Amino acid sequence: MLVETEVKGVILQMYEDLDRALKKPLRERHWGMVIDTRKCVGCNACTVACKAENKLPPGVVYNVVIDEEFGTYPNVARRFISRPCLQCQHPPCVRVCPVNATYKRPDGIVVIDYDDCIGCRYCISACPYGARSFDFGNFYTVGQTPEVMPWDVMPGFEYGEEQQRDPRNPWRSPIGNARKCHFCLHRLEKGMLPACVTTCIGQARIFGDLNDPESLVAQLAASPRAIRLKEELGTDSSVYYLL
Amino acid sequence: MGKRALIIAIVGLLLLLVGLPGLLDRLTHGMLNVGYGSPVPWAMWVAFYIYFIGLSAGAFLISSMVYVFGMRQFERIGRLALFTALASLLTALLFIWFDLGHMERFFFVFTRASFTSPLAWIVWLYTFYLLLLLAEIWFVMRFSFVRGGEGKGFKAGLYRFLTFGARDLSPRAQERDRKIVRILGTIGVPLAIAFHGGTGTVFAVTVARAYWYTGLFPIMFLVSALASGGALLTTIVAFAVPNGLGEHREEVIGLGRLLVPLLFVDFLMEIAEILVSLYGTVPAHFIPVREQLFGPNWWIFWGLGMGMALVGPMLILTFPGRRSALWTGIAGLLATIGFIGIRWNIVLPGFAVEELPGIGKSFFEPHWTYGLYIPSAMEWGVTLFSVGVGVLILALGFWLLPLRAEEAPA
Repeated sequence: MLVETEVKGVILQMYEDLDRALKKPLRERHWGMVIDTRKCVGCNACTVACKAENKLPPGVVYNVVIDEEFGTYPNVARRFISRPCLQCQHPPCVRVCPVNATYKRPDGIVVIDYDDCIGCRYCISACPYGARSFDFGNFYTVGQTPEVMPWDVMPGFEYGEEQQRDPRNPWRSPIGNARKCHFCLHRLEKGMLPACVTTCIGQARIFGDLNDPESLVAQLAASPRAIRLKEELGTDSSVYYLL
Repeated sequence: MGKRALIIAIVGLLLLLVGLPGLLDRLTHGMLNVGYGSPVPWAMWVAFYIYFIGLSAGAFLISSMVYVFGMRQFERIGRLALFTALASLLTALLFIWFDLGHMERFFFVFTRASFTSPLAWIVWLYTFYLLLLLAEIWFVMRFSFVRGGEGKGFKAGLYRFLTFGARDLSPRAQERDRKIVRILGTIGVPLAIAFHGGTGTVFAVTVARAYWYTGLFPIMFLVSALASGGALLTTIVAFAVPNGLGEHREEVIGLGRLLVPLLFVDFLMEIAEILVSLYGTVPAHFIPVREQLFGPNWWIFWGLGMGMALVGPMLILTFPGRRSALWTGIAGLLATIGFIGIRWNIVLPGFAVEELPGIGKSFFEPHWTYGLYIPSAMEWGVTLFSVGVGVLILALGFWLLPLRAEEAPA
C-alpha cells in the first residue's frame, strides 16, 4: 500500500481515503492526522493556510509551528513541531465547559458552538497543548490603518456557516468566544482535505480516517516512529508525530 | 446616615467613578483592551473573583458560629458577618460576570448546564447560597424591621415594606425566627464549604496546569477563605462600625484570636505546596513557584502574601493584638489587603509554564503573547468599579439596614 502511494502521490491517496471515509456513516469515521517531523521544514505554510481559510483575526491561532534547536555550534540540529488541535478522544477542554458549548463529534472532532459559548475561557485553561484561543475582537486593519482592508472583514465559513465578525459589535460571535482548529470540518464535509494538509510543501501532514486500516494515515500512525504529545495525560489525541 | 457610613459611601462612589471609563470601555469594546490573552486566559478579574468569593464564604462561616454553633460572644456582630458575606458575594459575581466574553449569555449556566464542569456546579451553588443568605438575613432582621417600621420617615417606611406583612412580634414568632435562622445556617455551612471548595476544584481538576493540579487546592481555598473573611470582618467591626474599637473591643480581640490559627494553617499549607514543588525536577511544578518567589512579581508573594496576609498579622496578633483592639484591627486590615496577593498567586502562576516548550516563540500577535502579564488600564477600571460597588453595598447596609448590635432583639 505504501509503495502504491509512492507511485500515486500522497495527495491523491489521501483524497481516495477521504472519499472512502465519507461514504461511511459519521459514527464509523475517526478523523486523524500524522505529522512527519522529518519532512517538516518549518515554513509555516500550514499556519498561514489556516489563517486564510478560516479568516482568523489577530490573536486567534489554530495552528503553530514550534521551532526547537538542539546542540551547540557546529553540532546543531533543528526540529519543527507543527501543532493543530490534537482532537483528543478524552478532551480535557470538553468536560470543563459549563454550558456544553464545546463537544466531541462522533467522528472525533472537537467543535465549539459559537452561539452557546459564554466566553469563560475555562477550556483554554484546561487544554494541555495551548490549542485554543480566545477571540478578543482584534482586527488587522480596523482601527490600525487608515484604510480597512476587505479581507479583514470578510466572513469565514467555519462549521459551514457564515461567521461574520463585526468590528462595531463586540457582542456578536465569534468575537468573545473560545475558538479552535476543527480539521476544516466545513471542507471535509465537501470532500476536501484540511487547508493545512493541502498546502504543506513537504507533504509532512497526512490526513484521513484512523478507523480505516487501508488509509495512509492509519498505516503511518501504526508506525513505531509514531508518538503522541503528552500521551501520559490520557488525552488519547488523534494526531500522531513521526520522529 | 452616620459619619462612618458616609465616609464608606464616598470611598465607594470615588472608586466607582474612577473605574467608570474602564467599565464603559469593557461594555463598548468587549475584551479588546484587556492586558491578558489566550496564553494567560484568566487574570486579575478572576483573582479578584476568588478573593471576594473567599471573603464571602469566610464571613458566612463566621456568622454560623453565632447562628449555628451558638457562640454568644460574637452575637452582636452576627448580622454584620451575614451582610458582609452578601456584599462580598455580589462583588465576586460582578467580577466573574465582567470576565465573561458573552456577559449576556450568563444564564446559559442555568438553562444548559453541564455538570461535568466544576464551574457549572459552583454557579448553581452560589445561586442557592445567595437565596439562602437573603432568607437568613431577612429572618435575622425581621424583628428589627417590625420595630423600626413603627416610626415615621423613609427608613420606617422601608422597614414596613421589608417585613412583607409578617409583623408578628410574639415570643413564639421570635422563637420560630431563631429556629429558621439556625436551620438555614446549618444548611449554609456545608453549602459554603461546597461552593468554596468547589471554586478551588475548578483549578484543582485542571491537569494541564501542574501548579493547580493538587488535592490540597480546595482545602487551601477553604482555609484562606476563613482567614481572609475573618480578617475582613475584623476590619469592618474595628473601623467601619461607629466606635467599633470601643464598643466591640471584645469581639474584635476575639476575632483576632480566631485568626491566628487560621492564618497559621494557611501558612503551613503554602509552605507545604512550595517545598514539595521546589524539591522536584518537573519544570511544570517548580517554575510557577520559582516565578512567584524570585520572578519579577516577587513582591506579591513576599510583600502582600507572606508579609501582609500571613506572617505580619500573625506576629501582630500574637503580641500587641492580644490585648489591643486597635492592633487587632490593623492586623485584620493588613491581612484583608494582603490576601489579594495570595489570590493573585493562585491564578497567575498557573500560566507561567508554556504548554509545549517553545510555543511562546512560535507566534507573535496581540493577545497571543506568552510572558509577563500586566493588567491594562481598562482592567484596573473595571476592578475599581466592581470593588466600588461592593463598598457602596456595604455603606448602604450601614445606612439602611439594622446591622448594628443594639438594634438586635434582647
